[in-house]
Amino acid sequence: MKLDRTSIAIVVITVALLAAAPALPRWAMSLLNVSLCYGTVVLGMMLLMRTGLVSFGHGLYYCLGAYAAGTVDQMLKIPDMALMVLAGAAATGIVAAILGLLLARYRDIFFAMLSLAFSMILYGLLVKSSALGSTDGFNISAKSIFGIAVVDNAHRYATFGITVVLTMLSAFLLNRYLRSHRGRLAEAIRDNELRVEYMGASVRTTIHLHYVISAVLAGIGGALMAINIGHIDPEMTYWPQSGEFVFIAILSGTGNVFAPIGGALVFETIRSFAYEYSPNTWQMVLGITMLIVMIFLPGGLWSLLQRRKPA
Amino acid sequence: MKIGTVLRGCVAITAALGISLAAQAQDKKTSIKVGFVTFLSGPAAGPFGVPAKVAAEAIVESLNAGKAPPPYQTKGIGGLPIEMVIIDEAGGATKQVSEYRTLVQRQDVDVVIGYIGSGDCLAVAPVAEELKKLTVLLDCGTPRVFEDASYKYVFRTRPHATMDAVAATMYLLDNRPAVKRVSGINQNYAYGQDSWNDFEATIKTLKPAVEIISSQMPKFGAGQYGAEISALISSAPDVIHSSLWGGDLEAFMLQAQPRDLFKSSQLVLVAGEPYLHRLPGKIPDGTIVGARGTNGVFAPDSPFKRWLVEIYKAKANLDPNYPAYSTAQAFLGLKAAYEKAMRDKISSAIPMGAAKNVKEEMEKAYSPPNQEEIIAAFEKLTFDSPSGKVKMTLGKGHQAVMGTAYGTTRFENGVVKVGNIKYYDAERVTPPEGVTSLDWIKSGFKRP
Repeated sequence: MKLDRTSIAIVVITVALLAAAPALPRWAMSLLNVSLCYGTVVLGMMLLMRTGLVSFGHGLYYCLGAYAAGTVDQMLKIPDMALMVLAGAAATGIVAAILGLLLARYRDIFFAMLSLAFSMILYGLLVKSSALGSTDGFNISAKSIFGIAVVDNAHRYATFGITVVLTMLSAFLLNRYLRSHRGRLAEAIRDNELRVEYMGASVRTTIHLHYVISAVLAGIGGALMAINIGHIDPEMTYWPQSGEFVFIAILSGTGNVFAPIGGALVFETIRSFAYEYSPNTWQMVLGITMLIVMIFLPGGLWSLLQRRKPA
Repeated sequence: MKIGTVLRGCVAITAALGISLAAQAQDKKTSIKVGFVTFLSGPAAGPFGVPAKVAAEAIVESLNAGKAPPPYQTKGIGGLPIEMVIIDEAGGATKQVSEYRTLVQRQDVDVVIGYIGSGDCLAVAPVAEELKKLTVLLDCGTPRVFEDASYKYVFRTRPHATMDAVAATMYLLDNRPAVKRVSGINQNYAYGQDSWNDFEATIKTLKPAVEIISSQMPKFGAGQYGAEISALISSAPDVIHSSLWGGDLEAFMLQAQPRDLFKSSQLVLVAGEPYLHRLPGKIPDGTIVGARGTNGVFAPDSPFKRWLVEIYKAKANLDPNYPAYSTAQAFLGLKAAYEKAMRDKISSAIPMGAAKNVKEEMEKAYSPPNQEEIIAAFEKLTFDSPSGKVKMTLGKGHQAVMGTAYGTTRFENGVVKVGNIKYYDAERVTPPEGVTSLDWIKSGFKRP
């Protein structure tokens, strides 16, 4: 198997991050963790956007993944990180496969609004469930990974490890997929569905598949976030959260699988320092960043890197 | 061209700045750095977040100037000035956990005071434990914080919300024993649901004959209450229980009054006290109001209350509301614990008569207390606050307990007055250690 440049870079960065873990200050590690979780979700958004679809309701799968992880911890009483992520991926995969039957028929604003509607239904259900803590949510704590108990520093490194490895693995696989025959259909569908059909490919199956893939990525991101933060609540499927994913996706651009991860890291870093240095106007700092990117870099932050190399 | 180069430059400079700021070395202790977290944006900012911030700024100024009434007259905390960093609580629990880590690890604060949202309190507490950082929860109400878990580094200096509903029911039954039919209108989120569930359980325990007609649960921030008001009017309950607050409460009152809802039904506003001055003429006479503790009009006169009212008025030109009282409780609790830890150190130091190492031992005794010593002094502490004596007795000495009060409104000369005020002792309205709130209510308020 010959690896392309992006795949090699993913492997190198994964190894570098894991090797650098002991040297990272704790705040930088948690900033990286949160960014990578967002990055995983936005990877899925990127796949949808390449296919020409924007989901305003990806919080649905992000939240569902987190609550699936929470169920493993609270109801089944197996606080294992690997199992939590697996549960998140499985639950979102199943739900997306079903909802996809309907959503794959819609495009543009109809797709966006319908996905938003589903995410708000989940929000409404969770808010009404007192047993799940309603809007307060509940705490979860992962205590082992693959059955090996982890505490204190071991817990910290295990969380970082699983977050880095899963995010990078997702990026690696998505990168491979985007270079595959069906993966390349994404942009073709965005440009002209009719031609794709004439070529003999099924637009609906492809969109359905991409919807499920992006949902599973969001589920993995949500489960990882639950493990990292230790608390989940219905805010994760509230519309501003979904909006944030769209925000990061536009900020990053869809040029490469590194774009969402880098974009999430830039977004989180700006937000974190804005919180710290302008507590009253942090929203404005984010808004201005967005404006600057949209006006000067319509291809997202990734286009900064792209311009360097000859076309 | 160049815009790309410029932006690339910007990104590089930002990154470099971030690294250099983070790398700044910490000097030796000349102040106490407090991270203060409160809502600066969103629906809770107006009624809760900003009053808490104004109070915090006024309190820090006054404490640093040494102008607080005794025993809080020492400057700052234990002689060291307080330095405060304020951040926004908006954005949900996920962001708050990240920002908490930032406060502790990047800003290197000595203590975190804050959190009004119950979800934020629940989320932040285990992280405080992980990072081993003294954290004082400010104003959140959920009893789950210390009922579901126990913490070493986390304290809450205000009582939890169970007493609001329990005392409201007791006050209602004391003053209107003939009540037969009850309804509720509460926001559909955790606090609104808990508030109604506690009220419903209490009334079923104390007076099973009372009929619960309906529970209206409009969504948080709904703004329009036409359907709920119609439902309430048509069922005509004797009493309507409500934990609405902020814009929701004001909108509900403005919409319900012209429809004569309050002609047939008496209103119980669990958290209504801060809004009395905003709704003159709109709050019907005979409305039962509370302030989630002995805050505001219910605070007994004391030098501490007069001090808070004076410094708050000087800043905001308004009377302090209950988040302002909660803020005072948090700062004064921390100060009391810190200064008690200092005294404990000195009194437990070796006596002057001992022959060896007198100088070293005395230096050690007079050095600032470390976090473990402050926590030891904080546990089971009793201290004075503008709302009365605060006793840290629940949650293994980490959760405050106080009595509460309710009163009835009447409109007089253009202002809403609160009369017939009744006080309820903490023991009557708060569950004992080790029993969850709802279990305690359902057990018939049993105490061991």
